[in-house]
Amino acid sequence: MEASTQSVKSHLVSHMRDYGMLIALVAIIGLFQYLTNGIMLRPANLTNLFLQNSYIIVMAIGMLLVIVAGHIDLSVGSVVGFIGALAAVMIIQMGLPLVVVVPTCLFVGFVIGAIHGYWVAYWKIPSFIVTLAGMLVYRGLTLALLKGQSIGPFPRDFQRISTGFVPDYLGGASLNLMALGSGLILTAVLLMLAFQARRRAQKYGMEDEPWAFFLVKNGLIALAIVYIAYLLATYRGLPNVLVTMAVLIVVYTFITNKTTVGRRLYAIGGNIQAAKLTGIKAERLTFLAFANMGMLAALAGLIFTARLNTATPSAGFTFELDVIAAVFIGGASMSGGVGKVIGAVVGAIIMGVMNNGMSIMGVGIDWQQVIKGLVLLAAVIFDVYNKNKAR
Amino acid sequence: MSEVILEMRGITKRFPGVKALDDVRLNVRAGEIHALVGENGAGKSTLMKILSGVYPHGTYEGELYYQGEPVAFSSIRDSEAKGIIIIHQELALVPVLSIAENVFLGNEQARYGVINWPDTYRRTEQLMKTVGLQENPMTPVAGIGVGKQQLVEIVKALSRNVKLLILDEPTSSLQENDSQKLLDLLLELKAQGITSILISHKLNEVRRVADSITILRDGQSITALDASTEDISEDRIVRDMVGRDMTQRFPDRVPNIGTTLLEVKNWNVWHPRRSEQQMVRDVNLSIAAGEVVGIAGLMGAGRTEFAMSLFGQSYGQNISGSARIKGREVDVSTVDKAIRNGIAYVTEDRKALGLILDQSLSFNTTLANLNGVASWSMLDPGQERAVAEDYRRSLNIRTPTVEQIVGNLSGGNQQKVMLARWLYAQPEVLILDEPTRGIDVGAKFEIYNIINELADAGRGVLMISSEMPELLGMCDRIYVMNQGEFIGELGRKEASQEAIMSMIVNS
Ligand SMILES: Nc1ncnc2c1ncn2[C@@H]1O[C@H](COP(=O)(O)OP(=O)(O)OP(=O)(O)O)[C@@H](O)[C@H]1O
Ligand SMILES: [Mg+2]
Repeated sequence: MEASTQSVKSHLVSHMRDYGMLIALVAIIGLFQYLTNGIMLRPANLTNLFLQNSYIIVMAIGMLLVIVAGHIDLSVGSVVGFIGALAAVMIIQMGLPLVVVVPTCLFVGFVIGAIHGYWVAYWKIPSFIVTLAGMLVYRGLTLALLKGQSIGPFPRDFQRISTGFVPDYLGGASLNLMALGSGLILTAVLLMLAFQARRRAQKYGMEDEPWAFFLVKNGLIALAIVYIAYLLATYRGLPNVLVTMAVLIVVYTFITNKTTVGRRLYAIGGNIQAAKLTGIKAERLTFLAFANMGMLAALAGLIFTARLNTATPSAGFTFELDVIAAVFIGGASMSGGVGKVIGAVVGAIIMGVMNNGMSIMGVGIDWQQVIKGLVLLAAVIFDVYNKNKAR
Repeated sequence: MSEVILEMRGITKRFPGVKALDDVRLNVRAGEIHALVGENGAGKSTLMKILSGVYPHGTYEGELYYQGEPVAFSSIRDSEAKGIIIIHQELALVPVLSIAENVFLGNEQARYGVINWPDTYRRTEQLMKTVGLQENPMTPVAGIGVGKQQLVEIVKALSRNVKLLILDEPTSSLQENDSQKLLDLLLELKAQGITSILISHKLNEVRRVADSITILRDGQSITALDASTEDISEDRIVRDMVGRDMTQRFPDRVPNIGTTLLEVKNWNVWHPRRSEQQMVRDVNLSIAAGEVVGIAGLMGAGRTEFAMSLFGQSYGQNISGSARIKGREVDVSTVDKAIRNGIAYVTEDRKALGLILDQSLSFNTTLANLNGVASWSMLDPGQERAVAEDYRRSLNIRTPTVEQIVGNLSGGNQQKVMLARWLYAQPEVLILDEPTRGIDVGAKFEIYNIINELADAGRGVLMISSEMPELLGMCDRIYVMNQGEFIGELGRKEASQEAIMSMIVNS
């Protein structure tokens, strides 16, 4: 008995962060559900929530890699604006088809990131400076490209990138079976993976999570996904961006957790000198992290522009702050080497839920900023406090 | 006998999953030098961190009595106010600040927040004189050697009116003569009435200066010996430390030396920033299969610089010379290529250049050979754990799981993780830079065994060490290095401490 309470306690202490974030997310959703008299989780609003935050989540994934590698990218907001402008010029003014425009935009984003990465990785210029410069340059170029004007609207098929829904191939009448089905399949797969991981861990005697915790945690996650899928199904179904996001989350979680490249990224963020002395090509990895960030920022730019249906000179303004905040709320470490993709995503969702909830409540943009700032601070303080306590 | 200045009673300290200390007792008499010894991970550093308030009151069980009164420190400041000063295993000086600034850091000679610099320098100079440190107090700490940095730490302690000085492995990174000076200084401080607690794995030092010895094993206090009345042999201490008799310090080996494995010719290296300063000059070296070769030399001789420049040009610039493995000229211009060609280098600076401290034991173990636990660039967590677990067992790394964060391991166990990493890289030639720094006697023997096994398997080992007995006990051949050059070579039979020193002096 003594031993088991001991292990529950030590498990809680070492996983405080993970539980803390989940509990915070649930609490925040619950709070706003109450404060908004139930508007928060209405199907229409939930759908809206995903559409509104998709681009932040997309960028948070890229930013996580950059921050894990021990750097920062301040330019992503400007890149969003710039790519939006580029897309507008190519589609509306030049009349180019989507199959040309989308890959071109992603490639341009990649090149922009690669340029940052080049200076940071091979010339050892601090990333703060390089991307601060980038932030100014691409903001300026956006203005130049748009000649200070907004350009819009876009054709339907471009808008669909962001505001479209996956057609209901399963042909549900009042309920979108496609959305519900995907939710159920996703839940099943996640549960299977969780059980598998637990079994493997037990085989090596590495599991310290008590059964009850495991069941409650995974039960809650499963319930949440099914419920969200159900809500979406009663509205317009599965948004395209949600599919894009899900694919990105899966791919990048896999890369960071399961591949040698991901492992090396954590190593260079943790101790770059030591990593280099194990033969890791730190420069190349840093370069790739930035290039990848540029590409994801471009994708976010396309999604955002499609949603707004115009390209404006101020698009993407201060997005970098939301993205960086999301990553830190999600538990990444300022000094690099620590952080998870899923954490960054949850961080972004927390930010998104707060934005959405406060907007519904009619809280002014001024107080929204104040509250978001305080939440970021609280999250990081919680982190540091936990770290000290674990010693 | 003199009064007891410090009494620690029933100290128990738990970390998640580890009981680091279990009902430990420590009695220190006023004015003595008290040695605290024990294996890696026995809990020495932890006990001292409790005493100095690094782990505040309430995070452990047990009582502290200092100068007869119960005390409860909730921070380092509290213990410092009582004159208890700790010098940690890893030095805590700020490299860019000057000696004087470091000495009075956090204790500035100031009035209304304005620092009185003349006073600061004058007092620093006075104190430096008492410890025999001849430097300008305005010199940045980065510009002086480790030995002098230790003295700066002591000056810092003296500036705070130290009564009880705690030194956690102060000599582990010092050369023989610097160590001697430091020990002499401790004796001098003792004459002035300052009590000290000394943690060390070098038992000859313990025997030389200690008045009493407390031995910890697996988090428990095993014995308290009084060395002032009886002479206590090293073997006696070792027996209580490791729990069995240890008659030999170096394992026997019948060398079976084969053909040349690594051959380095005309190796030259220049300083990475000051391009006119040559650090390594015309070095020629060969290592045969099954051979353990040493490089002896004083600090600053260029041994580490040579080894690191050979390992993927990790040090220096304008590097020239050729390296052959098994007769074939190989490209060692990047670390990656050096590893692929069968060279591995275990750094002397595990904190800065070795470990990823925030990550687990298994992460650190497999890092240099990730492909060994991956297929198609995908990691196999089961296999990775199995590998790490294997090394944890065979190197006897004291921690319950391979998921433990390496930063939480004791110093000596961290060193073993470094070894595990490079053993798993399965090199042809393993370069070891101070491989047993901070490692206890028992574990040293285990590491020597591993080195011998490696040699018996037909690999080559190049060993850099400041501990001459270690080189003499282990190596088949020793190169002597001085000021960037190899000035001589000694076979096992001819090699002796005197022979090496006279070579250096006469060069
Ligand atoms: N923060 C921590 N979290 C978990 N375990 C810890 C932590 N700090 C120390 N330990 C464990 O406590 C034990 C004692 O460690 P300690 O550093 O006191 O050993 P030590 O006697 O100083 O060893 P060494 O001679 O190697 O320096 C070790 O098993 C170590 O892994
Ligand atoms: Mg220690």
